Amino acid sequence: MIFEGLSERLQETFKKLRGHGKLTEDDVNEAMRDVRMALLEADVNFKVVKDFVKKVKERAIGQEVLETLTPAQVVIKIVNEELTALMGGTQSKLNISSVPPTIIMMVGLQGAGKTTTAGKLALSLRKQGKHPLLVADDIYRPAAVKQLEVLGKQLDIPVFSMEAGTDAVTIAKESVPYANSHAADVIIIDTAGRLHINEELMQELTSIKSEVKPHEILLVVDAMTGQDAVNVAESFNGSLGLDGIVMTKMDGDARGGAALSVKAVTGCPIKFVGMGEKLEALEPFYPDRMASRILGMGDVLSLIEKA
Amino acid sequence: MGFFDRLKKGLTRTRETLTAKIGTAVLGYADISDDLLDEIEEILIMADVGVSTTEKLMQEVRKGIKKKEIHTPADLKPFLENKITEILLEGGAGVRMAAVGPTVILIVGVNGAGKTTTIGKLSAFYNYYGKKVMLAAADTFRAAAIDQLEIWGKRTGAEVIKHEEGSDPAAVVFDAVKAAKARGIDILIVDTAGRLQTKTNLMSELEKINRVVGREIPGAPHETLLVLDATTGQNAVSQAKLFTQSAPVTGVVLTKLDGTAKGGVVIGIKSELSIPIKWIGVGEGIEDLRPFSAEEYSKALFDK
Ligand SMILES: Nc1nc2c(ncn2[C@@H]2O[C@H](COP(=O)(O)OP(=O)(O)OP(=O)(O)O)[C@@H](O)[C@H]2O)c(=O)[nH]1
Ligand SMILES: Nc1nc2c(ncn2[C@@H]2O[C@H](COP(=O)(O)OP(=O)(O)OP(=O)(O)O)[C@@H](O)[C@H]2O)c(=O)[nH]1
Ligand SMILES: [Mg+2]
Ligand SMILES: [Mg+2]
Repeated sequence: MIFEGLSERLQETFKKLRGHGKLTEDDVNEAMRDVRMALLEADVNFKVVKDFVKKVKERAIGQEVLETLTPAQVVIKIVNEELTALMGGTQSKLNISSVPPTIIMMVGLQGAGKTTTAGKLALSLRKQGKHPLLVADDIYRPAAVKQLEVLGKQLDIPVFSMEAGTDAVTIAKESVPYANSHAADVIIIDTAGRLHINEELMQELTSIKSEVKPHEILLVVDAMTGQDAVNVAESFNGSLGLDGIVMTKMDGDARGGAALSVKAVTGCPIKFVGMGEKLEALEPFYPDRMASRILGMGDVLSLIEKA
Repeated sequence: MGFFDRLKKGLTRTRETLTAKIGTAVLGYADISDDLLDEIEEILIMADVGVSTTEKLMQEVRKGIKKKEIHTPADLKPFLENKITEILLEGGAGVRMAAVGPTVILIVGVNGAGKTTTIGKLSAFYNYYGKKVMLAAADTFRAAAIDQLEIWGKRTGAEVIKHEEGSDPAAVVFDAVKAAKARGIDILIVDTAGRLQTKTNLMSELEKINRVVGREIPGAPHETLLVLDATTGQNAVSQAKLFTQSAPVTGVVLTKLDGTAKGGVVIGIKSELSIPIKWIGVGEGIEDLRPFSAEEYSKALFDK
């Protein structure tokens, strides 16, 4: 493993230091080097790491080392608390409109998991007694419409599509009267993947937005994303104004530092996480779980919590 | 626009985040100081060069300062350029072809990396060079994966061998290899379902595909290409390691380099893995695939 757990690293660091009584500035500076590396290796954005480390440092200096905790554990406790706080509360709620239909729009980079997540959301909403309609609004990717249709068939949820050549704004617009006449109360629009720097395609999204006025615009982000996650989130948020984030592919071994990065730059809540390719594999987001994942230390944390 | 200009254009953003920033940083300092070195380190990490590769490069810089190879801040940029180019150039990267019979190229990678699209582009590339190409639809899992490959097959004049959705991928591959041999195909490209490298059951499915190909054509697959999304961060290394355990990877295809500001990931991958980068994807179109040349890449990166 290239990644050595933060806790082992900190233990090692504190072995070299004295760390009795209060944590001195030197102790903390030394420890913050480990914290910084751990976060960078988890793909947390460099700038986010910088601010974060500064904050933790301020809190840690002068901190009493209790008998029950080692200096390393004291630092981890602070890091974990700050990280959890930064990630925000549990936010699995979608904005549901009091006047149906509620319109949800999925956006994001190519291959992030928009179409799959659209299917997952439709299933989850139906379980809550809603009547979703999936809208095939990706007019570019080969077989994108077919993909959504297959998912719709698997779930027995209707899919709205229009003939090839129809532009994405028209499809979105036409889906609303269709939903109304077919008793659908939630519309989930699956858009094509696009790069945040592609102005023409970003414009398409803003046109869809102004046409249908979605109640919820969700940015779908791959948990494996690296340092660029902040630029992606900033651009999408800047052009569209996001309501929430979905982190996908969390069933792998990526530490998912991108979650912290996108949260930090957009302030948007992470509403769901994708835990697999199956349509049931959608879960609410838990900030504390995410924090221990980023730090790579589930067990250590539960020990500290007991202390 | 010629090939080199297009590559250079595609790397504009990388150049801006990496090389131009280094250039600007060194201008801000009269002497080499810790602050300057911190700033350089920051630039490398922000470009997704990777934590360990960045550490390695910074150690080289410190050595260079000690050995008096670096005297002034201005010396830093050419020094780093040389070190990065060295990393990129290490080891060759030709494409392995079968001496006789079909060359089999197996395409693997995590979900959504760009495998199927890359196959479409490769099919167009080989078709352009007069090769007879066949595609095997061994992603029988993802919704409409087969339809997607068929569209690419049509676009590039390649026959697609497929079974039903949900069938055994190894059986598709078995049929495709037989068909390729029987029909005098030059290049057989196998599309596989996306899988996260930690899913052991899916990884053994890949081993099985690999075995089937090898049994039917000794020495095949001639190439196993791991498709990596350039927006990926540190997880790229885990992907390369674990995929290689199930299907010995002979090269990397780095996709979506058109978008990210972070072509720097190339440097990290090359430095941390011994797998050569063979192709880069710079868009969603049929022509948006380039053979990777370390020379050209470092030239485009450093704007030479
Ligand atoms: N393991 C895993 N795979 C996922 C998850 N979510 C999506 N995928 C897979 O990721 C791949 C891409 O998903 P799509 O839903 O097609 O992504 P997209 O964003 O719609 O892609 P484009 O429309 O091409 O931009 C597919 O293979 C999905 O099965 C997840 O949470 N875990
Ligand atoms: N911008 C850009 N997009 C790309 C590139 N390569 C692929 N894509 C897009 O990325 C998305 C996913 O590509 P696919 O080829 O379906 O990926 P895959 O690895 O086959 O996905 P799964 O089979 O679901 O695992 C699609 O929207 C492609 O158009 C590239 O080089 N640049
Ligand atoms: Mg899609
Ligand atoms: Mg595919």
